[in-house]
Amino acid sequence: MTRAFLMRNPSVLWFLLALSLFTLAVTLLSEAGMGVLSTSFVKTLGKTLCLCLVALAMDLIWGYAGILSLGHMAFFALGGYLIGMWLMYARTEEIVVAALSSGPLPATPDEIRQGIATQIFGVVGASDMPAIWAQAHSLPAQLALVLIVPGALAGIFGWLAFRSRVTGVYLSILTQAMTLALALYLFQNDSGLRGNNGLSGLQNIPGLDGVPQETVSLWFFWASALALGLAYVVLSHVVSGKFGSVIRAIRDDEARVRFLGYSVEGYKLFVFTLTAMIAAVAGALYYPQAGIINPAELAPIASIYLAVWVAIGGRGRLYGAVIGAAFVSLLSSWFTGGRAPSVNLGFYTVNWVDWWLVLLGLSFVLVTLYAPKGLSGLIDAAQGLRVPDRKGAALGPDDGALMEQEGRE
Amino acid sequence: MPRVFAALVAALILLTPLAALAQDAARILGDNRALVERASRTTIGPVIDALAASGDPVVAEVLAAWADKGLGVRKADGAFFLIAPTAAGWDLRGLDGRAAGPTAKADITDLKPNAGVRALIQSALVRFQLTDPDSARRIAALDAIARDGAPEHLAPLRGAIADEPDPVIAARKARLERLLTLRFDPDTATRAAAIAAFGGDTGLDLRAALNPLVATRRVALPKGADVAGNLARDLRPGRDLTEVEAYDLLVSAGLAPARLDAAGLKAALAAHIVDGAVGGVPLAALSDPRERERAYTALETAGTVPTAATDAEVTAAVAAHRFVELYAEPDPAVTSAAAAALDRIALTVGAMQAADLALDALSLASIYFLAAIGLAITFGVMGVINMAHGEFIMMGAYTGYVVQLFVPDYTLSILIALPLAFAVTFGAGVAMERLVIRHLYKRPLETLLATFGISIALQQLAKTIFGTQARPLTAPAWLDGAWVLNDVVSISYIRIAIFVLALIFLAFFLWLMNRTKLGLQVRAVTQNPAMAGSMGINPDRINMLTFGLGSGIAGIAGVAIGLFAQVTSEIGQAYIVQSFMTVVVGGVGNIWGTLAGAVMIGGLQKGIEFLNPSNTLAAQTYMILFIILFIQFRPRGIIALRGRAAGD
Repeated sequence: MTRAFLMRNPSVLWFLLALSLFTLAVTLLSEAGMGVLSTSFVKTLGKTLCLCLVALAMDLIWGYAGILSLGHMAFFALGGYLIGMWLMYARTEEIVVAALSSGPLPATPDEIRQGIATQIFGVVGASDMPAIWAQAHSLPAQLALVLIVPGALAGIFGWLAFRSRVTGVYLSILTQAMTLALALYLFQNDSGLRGNNGLSGLQNIPGLDGVPQETVSLWFFWASALALGLAYVVLSHVVSGKFGSVIRAIRDDEARVRFLGYSVEGYKLFVFTLTAMIAAVAGALYYPQAGIINPAELAPIASIYLAVWVAIGGRGRLYGAVIGAAFVSLLSSWFTGGRAPSVNLGFYTVNWVDWWLVLLGLSFVLVTLYAPKGLSGLIDAAQGLRVPDRKGAALGPDDGALMEQEGRE
Repeated sequence: MPRVFAALVAALILLTPLAALAQDAARILGDNRALVERASRTTIGPVIDALAASGDPVVAEVLAAWADKGLGVRKADGAFFLIAPTAAGWDLRGLDGRAAGPTAKADITDLKPNAGVRALIQSALVRFQLTDPDSARRIAALDAIARDGAPEHLAPLRGAIADEPDPVIAARKARLERLLTLRFDPDTATRAAAIAAFGGDTGLDLRAALNPLVATRRVALPKGADVAGNLARDLRPGRDLTEVEAYDLLVSAGLAPARLDAAGLKAALAAHIVDGAVGGVPLAALSDPRERERAYTALETAGTVPTAATDAEVTAAVAAHRFVELYAEPDPAVTSAAAAALDRIALTVGAMQAADLALDALSLASIYFLAAIGLAITFGVMGVINMAHGEFIMMGAYTGYVVQLFVPDYTLSILIALPLAFAVTFGAGVAMERLVIRHLYKRPLETLLATFGISIALQQLAKTIFGTQARPLTAPAWLDGAWVLNDVVSISYIRIAIFVLALIFLAFFLWLMNRTKLGLQVRAVTQNPAMAGSMGINPDRINMLTFGLGSGIAGIAGVAIGLFAQVTSEIGQAYIVQSFMTVVVGGVGNIWGTLAGAVMIGGLQKGIEFLNPSNTLAAQTYMILFIILFIQFRPRGIIALRGRAAGD
C-alpha cells in the first residue's frame, strides 16, 4: 500500500484522459459548437456512455465476482422506468395545468391529479393514479427510488439466491427467469406502468421548455460522461483493494474463500446489489435520452447482449467492459441503422440489416472460443504483456474462474 | 278395363273421407270468414283452435300458408284458396291441394295476418310439426322450441310425447317438456317438482332455464315498510353494496335528492360568477374544495341553486332505508327450488371444471416435457447448457413446414417430417458439439454464452429465410376436433397426440438409458470420463452422440409443438425458459425429475390461469416467482441425485 492509487492503476488515468478528451471533442463538434455532429448523434453517444456504465457494472459482477447475471438490464430498465415516471408526471402536470387554467374556476389539486391520471393512463383504459405513482410528483423522491427499488429488488433476490447456494449456470437461469417475470408483469395493462405502451415523451424535460434539445442532449451527455468517469474511478478503487481480491478469489475458488472465513454470501450480495444500483443509475441517464421506454427493453435478450458486450470487450478488466459496450453497441447501431453498405456477392446481396445478428452471434462464438480476452487482448499485445504458461488450466476450479489467457490485469 | 274401374273406386274410397274432412277446414274458415279476414290476436284464438282440433289433414298446410301470407279469399264467392303470386296475379290451389288455375290479382283478397296472429298460428302449427311423420321435421320443431320456448308450446308438446315412435326423440320431447314445465306451468308445485326432478343434471339448457328464475333486482324501501315481492336477501350497505350504490338506488327510486358530484358543483359555480366571486367567495380561492363547498352553500341559501345532498345527508338517508334484492319470479317455492338446483349444478360443474383443468394441465405438462426432454439429456445428463435448444425446436418446426411444401398429404408429411426433423437437428447438434461445445467442457458459463451466440444467429437466419410472419404447419384431418365428454370436459385430439408422444419419449429415454449399450456408456462417461475412457469407451464419440440425440429429440418436439402453435423464428424462445425451469425444478440428471417438473409447472400455470383467467401474463409472472421461491427450498430440484452421481 505504499504506492498511490493512480500509480497502481495506470488505466484510470488513461481512461479519464480519454473520456475527457472525447467529451471535449463531442462538445466542440456538437450543434451547440461547430455543428458537425447532429443532436441525434450526440444523443446516441450519450446513450452509449450509459451502456458503458452498465457494462462496468456487469464486468464487476461477472468479470470480477464470476456471477453471470442475466438480469442487470432489468435493473437498468427499472431505473429508466422510475425516472420516467417523474418525467412523464411532471410533463403531463404542466400540460394539464395549462389546459385547466382556461376554465372559469381555478382547478383544485384533486382535479389536477385526476387530469394527469386520465392523460397518462387513458391509453390503457384506466383513469386512476396507481399507488406506485404516489411519489411521482417529486423529483428527489423519485431519484431516491431509482436507487432504492432496484437495490431492494436485487437485495431480496440475491439474498434468496445466494443463501441457498445457487451458483453458476443455475444462477444465470434464475436471473433470466427473474427478468422474464418482471418483463411479463410490466407487459400487463394493469401493472400501473402503461403496459406495452411504456412511458414516452421522456426527452422533454419538465421546466426546460425554453432550452433547445441540442443543449439538453449535451447536458445529458456530460452527465453520462461524469457518471461513467466517477463509476470508473470508484470501481477501480474497489477492485484494486482487499475487497477486489476477495471477490476475485470467490470467482476462482469459492469454497476456499469460505473456508478461509470470509462471508462469501455477504460479498456476493453486496456486489450484486451495488451493480444493480449502478445499472439503475445508468438506465435513469439513458432513457431521458432515448425518449421512450417499454417492457420490451427488459426482455432477457437485452441482458444477454450486455454479457456479450463485456465478453467481446474483455471481462475481468474495467476498460475492457467500456470498450466492448462502446464498440459493439455503436457497430450494432451502424449496421442495423441501414447505413452499412450492402455486400453484393453476385448471386446474393448481403443486406446487413438482416445479417448483422448472424455476424454478431458467430463473432461472439469465435471470441468465446479463440479470444477469451476479447478486444482488450489487443491492448495487452500492444503493451507486450505475456501470460505465464499454465498449460491451458483455469485460474481456479469454479465455473466462473477465468481461463489463463484472461488472468492478466 | 275392370282393373281401371277398380282403381277408380279405390281412389274414390280413399279420397272421400279426405274430401269430407277437407271441407271441415274450409267450413270452419268459411263460417268465420269475417274474423279470419280481420284477424286480431284477441279474437282469432277460437278459430285457430277449432282448425287445429278438426283433425283435417290439410290443416297443417293451410295454417302454414296462412302464417306465410299464402292464404286468400276469392272475392266473388268467399271461398278460401292457397295462393301463390305470379306475374299476372295469383295461382290458386284449393284447400285440398288441387290446382284451381290462375286468376287476376283483383279477384282475390290475400290475408296478411299481423305478428300476434302469426305467433298464434305458429304455436298451433307446433302440434302438427311435433307429430309430423318426418323425424327431421320433428327434430327441427324441437330445436325451435328449445331455442325460443313459450307457454303455449307446453300443451302440444305434452300431447306429442305418447305417440312418439323414435325413443331418442321421445326422450328429447320429455326433457323439453320438463324444461317448459318448470318455466311456464301455471301450477307452482308442478314447477318446483319439475326442477327437483332434474337432480344433478348439469345440461346447459337446464341452466339456461333456471337462471332467469333466480334473476334479482335491487330495491330500496323505507325501514319498517313491508317487502312487496319475493325476497332474495337483505343487502347491508358497506358490505353487500357500497354507500354510493345504495344512494344511487335511493335517487333512482325518487326517495332522495341527487348528490352533487364534483363536475356538477363546478358547473353550478361557474354559472354563477358575479364580479369575480361566487356566493361571496373570490374566484382565486376556489382552488380549495372546502371554499367551493362554502360558495355552493352560499348559493343554496340565496336560493339560486337547488339543494343537493351533502355527505352527511347521504349517510343519513342510506341509514334510514332498507335495501333488498327481490326475485323477478314471484313464487318463493319455485325460486328456492331453482336456487337449490343451481347450487347442485354449480357443485357438479365445479368438479367437472376441476377435471377439465387437470386435463389441460396434463396436456400443458406434456408439451413442456416434450420441449424439455432434449434439454434433460444435454443439460441434465451431460451438464452442457445449450441456449440454442429453443432454436433446435424451431428448426424441427420449420422442417415440418418445408416437408409440407413438398408433400401435400398431411398424414404422410407428418410421418416424413418426424424422422427428418430428428435427422436435421441431430446433424446440427453434432456439428455444434464438434465445433463449439467440445472446446468448452468444464466452462459452463462460456458454453451458455457461445450457444447463445449460435441461438441469435440461427434465429436471425430463420427470419431471413422464412420471413417474420407465421408459417402454417397443418395437422392431419384426423387430429382435428376434440374428444368431448360433456359440456364442460373436452380435450382436443392434438393434445392427446402430444400426450401420447410424450409418453413414447419417456419410454424411449428409459429404454435407451437403462437397457442399451449406448445408455450404459453415456452414464459411464457422465459419471467419470477418465475411467470410462480407460474401459475402452470413446468419450468424445459418446458425448457427440448424446448431444446429437438431445438435439434430435428437440427437433421432433418442434414438429409436435408446431402443430398447434404458430411456427415463427421465435417459437423456440417461447419455450426455452420454461424448459430450463422444468429441468432445474425437476432435478438435473433424472428423467423422472423432468417429468415431475413438467407436471408441476404445467399444473401451476393452469392453476394460476384458472384463478385469474383474464391474464395469462400474470400467470407466467407468478409461476416464475413461485419457481424462484421453490428453488430456495429444494435447490437441487424435486428429485435430487445423491452421492457420487450428483457430481459434487
